[in-house]
Amino acid sequence: MAQKKTKIRLGGGSACPGERLEPVIEMLERGELDYLGFDSLSETELLAFESQRLKEPRLGYDAFTEKRLRAILPLCAEKGVKVIGNMGAANPAGALDLAVELCRDLGLQGTRVAAVIGDDVRQLIHELDLRIEDTDKTARDFGDDLMSAHAYIPADPIVDGLKQGASLVMAGRVGDASIYLAPLMHEFDLSANDRDFLARGIIVGHLLECAGQVSGGYFADPPYKVVPDLHRLGFPIAEVHANGECFITKTEGSGGLVSPATCAEQLLYETHDPTNYIEADVVSDFREIEFEEVQANRVRIAGIIHGKPAPEMLKVAVGVREGFRTEGMVFYGGSGAYDRARLAAEVMRKRLEEVVGFEGELRIDFIGLDAFYGPERGQQVIPREVGVRVAGRCPDHTNAMKIAHELETIDNNGPASLARSLRSEDIREVFGYYDAFIPREKVKTHTLVREA
Amino acid sequence: MTTSKKTIKLREICHSRSGDKRDTGNVGLIVYDKKHYDWIVKHVTAERVREWFQDNVKGRVERFELPGIGALNFILYEALDGGASRSLIIDPYGKALSAVLLDMEIPAPTTAPE
Repeated sequence: MAQKKTKIRLGGGSACPGERLEPVIEMLERGELDYLGFDSLSETELLAFESQRLKEPRLGYDAFTEKRLRAILPLCAEKGVKVIGNMGAANPAGALDLAVELCRDLGLQGTRVAAVIGDDVRQLIHELDLRIEDTDKTARDFGDDLMSAHAYIPADPIVDGLKQGASLVMAGRVGDASIYLAPLMHEFDLSANDRDFLARGIIVGHLLECAGQVSGGYFADPPYKVVPDLHRLGFPIAEVHANGECFITKTEGSGGLVSPATCAEQLLYETHDPTNYIEADVVSDFREIEFEEVQANRVRIAGIIHGKPAPEMLKVAVGVREGFRTEGMVFYGGSGAYDRARLAAEVMRKRLEEVVGFEGELRIDFIGLDAFYGPERGQQVIPREVGVRVAGRCPDHTNAMKIAHELETIDNNGPASLARSLRSEDIREVFGYYDAFIPREKVKTHTLVREA
Repeated sequence: MTTSKKTIKLREICHSRSGDKRDTGNVGLIVYDKKHYDWIVKHVTAERVREWFQDNVKGRVERFELPGIGALNFILYEALDGGASRSLIIDPYGKALSAVLLDMEIPAPTTAPE
């Protein structure tokens, strides 16, 4: 049996599906990594992947996976770095087929690859007819409009894959931080009772799960917050010791910044009650956490992090079809631009409501004036250049088309001197996204392991 | 009396980060220097934040304290027009809520004891 490691180094490899590869390559080359994690699955993205899979059953995993794995797998094999991610998205088994094929193609025969199955609970929530939070309905009330339901499963099935010797484990909807907790559980033999350590692992995972967002990305705000060499932003590395000590750092020689301030910001990113941070693996209390800079770009996680028993219920992300949307912008500049922009907005609104007639919700913002602050606190100075942003949500495609058509024709038929129109997106399906809660013992996961 | 009518924008003493969970936004507000923590605890209340975001936030605002990192975490309910997958607002993930909050004014910190 291999000697147990006294510390392991985890690299945070992505914050979104099409994430940059170059910071990952430099991290593999110089980061002395043991594991590399990829979280690329937001709630909205999972719905898009699910929609893709329903159209084409072979798809539904992160389409960037092929390019990413091709770029990193040979280097991972050379350096002995294991890879864990949620790139399986709505189809982990599909991603497994792809990965096996890729490994063979890259000459990495013998590599073990795993996929985590079981987060898709759409059938199950219908059978149990679960209540859908923030609605007055249950699963069955939505019928076929309830397009997807994915449980946030714990790290255990990933650990299972690692125990079976997989050097690449691909999950779908697993807790984002669990991607990084899994190797700690595996290497340090953590059990459900090691709650304080599990909670530390979740915090480490939460800090890494948006990759560059803890190492100086999404942080710069000059002149108050200055980040060195932001154009060469390095991705973060967590060093976790067997005694539970944790450090956050980044690739040596890369751009960016790891400091108590970058860690504090990322800690609070998308978190709510710090005494009750719920993941499927453990509930963490990090109210008394501290970050201590031990040297440049190396921060020690200090203070108190307390772990409480894992929740009895797992959260389920439920996607419901809710019609179609469209969005576009028209721009006016020069003398009287704001008055013309307002007139254009009025004309489009009146045509949709009184002349053409449409069903749905319409929102019009004046970019540069009130889009972010709202009418009460928006800019008081009248600008000489204005973007009119029109967004609409409709029960069907036909009504969404009506909005798009008004945006297209306001040019010649509206106020003077429209400079340019932009249709920022085509007509797209709208999904409502809701939570449901399922007893954890109902969710059966398993891990498929194949050898390339 | 050392009290002054002078105000500052939060940006002078704090940085922040915001994000979303469905229709709920959150803004972490962090002091650059821990000596200002008590000052923001006193002056950046959930009520004031609710009022500042009156055009954006339809629901309530809740506040949590993290003294070890000098931070307050504000939870803004019904802030994102139903959440990113259906929202029509320009900032459906609530990413700019952080910067909008930093524009809020509070009394300038006093060094003298209250």
